[in-house]
Amino acid sequence: MTDAALPRTAQGAPSARPGRRFSLTWLGLVPFLLFSTLFLLIPTFYLIVGSFLDSTGQPTLQNYRDLGGEVPLNAYVTSVEISLVTAIAGGVFGFLMAYAVISGGPRRFRSGLMTFSGVASNFAGVPLALAFIFTIGRQGLLTTFLNGFGIRPYDSGFSIYSKLGLEIVYFYFQLPLMILIIAPAIDGLKKEWREASENMGASTWQFWRYVALPVLMPSLLGAMILLFGNAFGAQATAYQLTGGFINIVPILIGNQLTGDVLHNVGLGYALAMGMVGILTLTLIAYQFLQRRSERWIR
Amino acid sequence: MSMGAGTNRLGQGIEAMQGKAKDAPPKQRTSRWRFAWWLVFIAGVVYFFLPLLGTFAFSMKSIPAFSAYTGVLQDPKFYSTLGYSFVVGVITIIVSIALLVPTAYWVRLRMPRARPIVEFITLLPFVVPPIVLVFGLISTFSHPPLPFTHTDIGSTALLVCGYVILSFPYMYRAVDTGLRSMDVQSLTEAAQSLGAGWGRILITVILPNLRVALLSGAFLTLAIVVGEFTMANFLARPAFAPYLSGLGSNEPYQQSALALISFALTWLAMGMIALLGRGNRSRITVTGAR
Repeated sequence: MTDAALPRTAQGAPSARPGRRFSLTWLGLVPFLLFSTLFLLIPTFYLIVGSFLDSTGQPTLQNYRDLGGEVPLNAYVTSVEISLVTAIAGGVFGFLMAYAVISGGPRRFRSGLMTFSGVASNFAGVPLALAFIFTIGRQGLLTTFLNGFGIRPYDSGFSIYSKLGLEIVYFYFQLPLMILIIAPAIDGLKKEWREASENMGASTWQFWRYVALPVLMPSLLGAMILLFGNAFGAQATAYQLTGGFINIVPILIGNQLTGDVLHNVGLGYALAMGMVGILTLTLIAYQFLQRRSERWIR
Repeated sequence: MSMGAGTNRLGQGIEAMQGKAKDAPPKQRTSRWRFAWWLVFIAGVVYFFLPLLGTFAFSMKSIPAFSAYTGVLQDPKFYSTLGYSFVVGVITIIVSIALLVPTAYWVRLRMPRARPIVEFITLLPFVVPPIVLVFGLISTFSHPPLPFTHTDIGSTALLVCGYVILSFPYMYRAVDTGLRSMDVQSLTEAAQSLGAGWGRILITVILPNLRVALLSGAFLTLAIVVGEFTMANFLARPAFAPYLSGLGSNEPYQQSALALISFALTWLAMGMIALLGRGNRSRITVTGAR
């Protein structure tokens, strides 16, 4: 480390001498820091400050109290619920599917599934919402197919524009994302562990209960936390699917942005900050679990 | 070893050593498991393909056959919006590389102390999703001193800057991983002793060594930017995703055809990454929320 700071005689910035505090080497980071400050830090800071001001510019906490109002609170509850449900469902099924192609029967499809997962996890937003409308919408392929058998999902209360509909659609990018994230962890399960436990007479269930799951647990939880954040921040998919008529946080912020539906800019800022706050918690939890999983899986 | 071997991989070693004798009892158990794994796999595959099938089926309802697709290809807006998004994507890639490569290089070479700061900033887009970022950008740049959103070119510039920020997490990690696999210190010293300046070192020594990482990052960025809706929509840009979104009211068949075309474009970009990254474990395909 000290090696890097030793004086050098080349062209460019004069090198730092040990002991000199504000060395010119910082200059090399100026473009990056300037850009990030201008287009990331200042805009975020603008929202933070705005969330603590009322409409006349006086400091207030009212915006955060207003988050407890019916509409914003419902939006948060629905957002968290959708993200949680799709993170757990996508996490569990994604793990099973990744395990199936890595260690189960259909192993020859592994690289195909991985590449497809790369595509599907990026096939989010407008086209994804459309694809599901054409499939399980009122006139969708699967809906008409089921209708032919006398099963009428739309008569029994199902709608693609509902919370459940949104969850089914989000699952489409959650599942492949889980497969991509968890595959390296499954690869890290050493077969010696399985052999050792079998030699000691452990059953498959005991192997999973006492060896594999404890090793995998930090990775599994960490991956599901990433999925949670992934669904929580998504806006385009929900917007295209419901036309902006489902009350979740990103949609509410978007509506605020286009038409000031809350009649209160400060509340819009506070909504955005609530989102940043929840995502910060998920990132911290993720980093914590990431460090724990690195103990076993390299 | 054949892929369809009757046991699961974790058990293979032992059974190979112990021969057939021990094969008999676990075989029944594993074949039942094998069936379950196939079931999981097939269920997943059906779920993955049904929406694509549904979209295709809908696009074929347009008469005559494939007229939805020819309709798309004859629409000048298809070319103008796709072209716009493509150009925005290319500029995003150039700016992102021009910002991140020198920064990551400098951090590795001279400023290891600054690593936590740079890593923190490049992780921030995970915490500030596109909808919040565009909210902040519009709030900040819709009035003096920097009224970007008052002009078309300003709004496009703002869009590019937003996309560059969104590319930070995966782009920085790709560049940093790439730098870790080479001896930056020795390469720099060798180049300097031959009389190269900083610009020349970056362009002729460092960049070529990062080729694979940068190209994967570039294709990923392209796939994301061309499909991105939230920021382009709120900045009212004539981009591809808002065009696709708005097509439905007049041309529902063309919309379904275009959704499939957009899937094919994503497939193309990801296929390029898969090709580039063969044998390379540091594939980057995990991005952000949409």
